[in-house]
Amino acid sequence: MVEISELTVRFGGVTPLDGMSVRFEKGTCGLIGPNGAGKTTFFNVLSGFVRPVAGAVSAFGEDLLKMTHFRRARWGVRRTFQTEQAIEELSVYDNVAMIHEHSKLSGSTRRDDVIGAISLVGIKADPYAPVGTLSAVDRRLVEVARAVVGKPRIVLLDEPAAGLPDEETEHLSNVIQSIPEQTGALTILVDHDMSLVSACCETTAVLDFGKLLASGPTRDVLRDERVIRAYLGTEEVG
Amino acid sequence: MESAGVQSAENTTAAAGSDAAPEAAPSAPRTGRAPDARSFVRPAVIVALLAFVLIAFPSMFSQYYVDAWTQVAIYSIVTLGLGVLVGRVGMVSLGQGAVLAMGAWVAARLLFATSLPFPVVLLAAGLITMLLGTLVGLPALRMSGLYLALITLMLAGAITVTLANINFPNGGHGFTGYNGASVHIPPIRRPSAAITDTAYFRYCVIVAIVMFVLVLVHLRGRPGRAWAAIRQSEAAALTAGINTTFYKLWAFALASFITGVAGGLVAGSFRYLNSLTFTTQDSITLLAVVLMGGAYSMWGAVVAAFLLKFLQALLNDWGLSPDWLTILFGIGVLQVLTTAPRGLVDQVPKDLAKLGRLLAKPFRRSPAAPEREEA
Repeated sequence: MVEISELTVRFGGVTPLDGMSVRFEKGTCGLIGPNGAGKTTFFNVLSGFVRPVAGAVSAFGEDLLKMTHFRRARWGVRRTFQTEQAIEELSVYDNVAMIHEHSKLSGSTRRDDVIGAISLVGIKADPYAPVGTLSAVDRRLVEVARAVVGKPRIVLLDEPAAGLPDEETEHLSNVIQSIPEQTGALTILVDHDMSLVSACCETTAVLDFGKLLASGPTRDVLRDERVIRAYLGTEEVG
Repeated sequence: MESAGVQSAENTTAAAGSDAAPEAAPSAPRTGRAPDARSFVRPAVIVALLAFVLIAFPSMFSQYYVDAWTQVAIYSIVTLGLGVLVGRVGMVSLGQGAVLAMGAWVAARLLFATSLPFPVVLLAAGLITMLLGTLVGLPALRMSGLYLALITLMLAGAITVTLANINFPNGGHGFTGYNGASVHIPPIRRPSAAITDTAYFRYCVIVAIVMFVLVLVHLRGRPGRAWAAIRQSEAAALTAGINTTFYKLWAFALASFITGVAGGLVAGSFRYLNSLTFTTQDSITLLAVVLMGGAYSMWGAVVAAFLLKFLQALLNDWGLSPDWLTILFGIGVLQVLTTAPRGLVDQVPKDLAKLGRLLAKPFRRSPAAPEREEA
């Protein structure tokens, strides 16, 4: 369980997160909101790239904000990026193994864990091929494999389906749904594809202007009038 | 009995796990490289090439050029170190010439002051330079790109000025061992097994091989993978749990260590060192040749050292000033950056292959090899 209370981030005069409070229980949770709502900033706070000016993040009983960024990854905060960041010159295997060898996991299970993660996300390419030679879909799956290998506790997926064709999005949707049961990690999915979010997430939280707008079962949230208004805008002008 | 059952069950899962990987033989190395015929041919070719260099070069070349090849061997270690920083980690250092000077100074000091065996002196020079050179790397933790280059250049300048003012040890007394009277100066000691220039050439090549293997082990292992991640995206490296600060410093430590060892070899090769041997401009030229040779490949380091030291000897031999090389390297860097970012080591084989196809074209019309034409 991840509990966020009164999280505030300021960049100069901009406040991308403004007293955000929310609780992610378990399984796969959605996080949606219009562009600029603060979703990626929120992920950056969780991964330790952005330091909040106020607020607290408690993850499975630990104070996440006290940990340095790379230690959070070792502890189990994993993520993918909006623009895919698989390491081109390394093989699929090395990309996935890298995160394993830098966490406290035992080296004796590495091979099995890595191969397991690669087959979990269903990469069809040769695991020893450099990532630079892979298709866009497989590269993205490499990133997801990196996020689930070993013992992840929190998996943050930042628009994993952006730019993917429909059939690949469907495959990705199956992969995302299998993450909590296969790894036991709490998964937070940010995406603009509402059918993907409704397929994967039992609960969803909605951000708007850095504040929590609504949260609850995905079906109810997506019907919420305030949410629809945030996405479509209001008639009031000025 | 139960535990035995569990054991065998585990074994089966392990076997199933490795079966899932098509090319993963159980004995395959951890990095997951599948062995193939090429992985045996390549080392064999390299070993043959090195044996040829070690045995045949001294009889193929005059003493003058053997000395030039000695410099190529030594400087290939320096360019290798800079190649690791620039090509593998993405940190541009303009301070490597000064790091080399530090290594030479420390080694010369130790060779005069102690009777330690030469390899021990090289090791000590490497380790001391590693400590000092890592300090040069500290700004890299806060800066990158142009600013890192500028700061390392300034540091190089500071080190060069300092070394110029305290003078290189030349067997005199005192801490710096400098004899200003410059009479009866004993030369810098060489390893007892490599007193002659020819033997010293072989000695340097062997030390260079050891340094290349050291770097290769790093690149193939955990630090190499971490550096690849840092170079492409620091954010991705951090989210993989990589302590980027530690690995950047490690890269500087490794580069400084091997450059320090190379400094020790420089001290032994010149026999009489003075501060004019190392200028701040050297650091800039070093970066230029590393980019020209190819910063992303270990062979690029050899090409870079060849450009730097063999061409210099060639121009000297022809009675031309080696200063002209600065212009050549300037044009070379421009050419490489615009048309061949992976350096000559990548570009020349490609160009040769193209040339080969071009030359083979008239002959391919013959019925002997028509299938190439169709392809």
